[in-house]
Amino acid sequence: MSDQGFEATAAIACTVNGEPVRATVPVRQSLVDWLRHGLGLTGSHVGCEHGVCGACTVVVDGRTMRGCLLLAAQADGAVIETIEGATASGRVEALQEAFHARAALQCGFCTPGMVLTAAELLADEPSPDRPRIREALSGNYCRCTGYHAIVDAVADAAAHAVRER
Amino acid sequence: MKPAPFAYTAPTELEGALALLREHGDEAAVLAGGQSLMPLLALRMTAPKVLVDINRIEPLRAVGHGGDGLRFGALVRHAEALRAVRDQVGPAHLLAQALPHVAHQAIRHRGTVCGSLALADPAAELPACAVCLEAEIELQGASGRRFVPADAFFEGVYATARSVDELVVGVRFPATAPGTRFGFVEVARRHGDYAILGLASWARVVDGEVADCRLVYFGADERPSVATRTARTLRGGRLDDPATRARAKECALDELTIAPDATYGEGYKRRLAGALLERVVAQWGVAG
Repeated sequence: MSDQGFEATAAIACTVNGEPVRATVPVRQSLVDWLRHGLGLTGSHVGCEHGVCGACTVVVDGRTMRGCLLLAAQADGAVIETIEGATASGRVEALQEAFHARAALQCGFCTPGMVLTAAELLADEPSPDRPRIREALSGNYCRCTGYHAIVDAVADAAAHAVRER
Repeated sequence: MKPAPFAYTAPTELEGALALLREHGDEAAVLAGGQSLMPLLALRMTAPKVLVDINRIEPLRAVGHGGDGLRFGALVRHAEALRAVRDQVGPAHLLAQALPHVAHQAIRHRGTVCGSLALADPAAELPACAVCLEAEIELQGASGRRFVPADAFFEGVYATARSVDELVVGVRFPATAPGTRFGFVEVARRHGDYAILGLASWARVVDGEVADCRLVYFGADERPSVATRTARTLRGGRLDDPATRARAKECALDELTIAPDATYGEGYKRRLAGALLERVVAQWGVAG
């Protein structure tokens, strides 16, 4: 195959926040850049762009992943949920309220990634202790809060969910 | 922070991927989980002409488990491997202890066991586990499939026995003898970071005596370090004998080759080596 055999763009079809989407994407565009610039879903943030900060966290086929470490071209056939979709469905409402009540955000840049990561933890483990919460959030950077309030918020949301059961 | 331009292709057949590697040689890069490759591309530490995405090659997703051990195909993610080990072998197995230390959950959902082996970062957990458990790396190329023992596979920093036209298609971890005890410990600044120093181990303990054991450090040298002399010091000794443990600790401090590290000094790493040895021997003492 010669280099002429390769396309600079790829056609993809996937589901984003419940809606079917078809698009043509540059092959080197990251998934998070496409979600933001192609679809206007700016709730997923672009921080470090090399997988360290977790601000770009999205849910792909039911699991949290780094939106900056996937190519948009790889989304073909995938089911993707961003913070916008998780908010609209109400599934992260208790966490969002707890973040608000505990002042678990200042600038808010890390918050979408924190919320999606915490939601996955609580879905897998309804009653994590504080060290476990810290471990689960260890891949998400916050440069404002010092994390204590975030851990408080996740612990509150977990306690709330257990009470509601 | 954007990758240099590359051509992208996602073949659905293994043969197609191998043909691309044959044609493009070291100008091609294999994209499996991409959790190390994508950062390397973003930082432009590597700029391959062709990215060969193997994620659409379905047979590479297989997890195998039988009397002879565990096999992970090239697309088995860390999280899937952890589930398989916990469910099918047990939570005490070395891999079940080590995998939670590989990066963070969102990365473990995408990154692959074979990708970590193929990358061969000297501070990574899985190459050391593969050497400790005497795993075999399955390589496929134009001339067929070959199996390379993990100890021979890792040659240096990001350097392995894989030829540029070969693909790591799987890894086999042999079954361990019943009653084998495992110890795994690492020191990192933050959970999920690469280790400053870590130690993977197994031991067979009979009536409180170490009948056999294997110790593999990572983050010390340019590839996993098998601590042969330290293991010999422990063999035949009693787990609860402070003198045996002290001798082994001294031996570990002395035995390791420490590659230059921009952040942590050699003396610190040697002291850590002794401390980690004490911790894994203590883990052996807790029957799994």
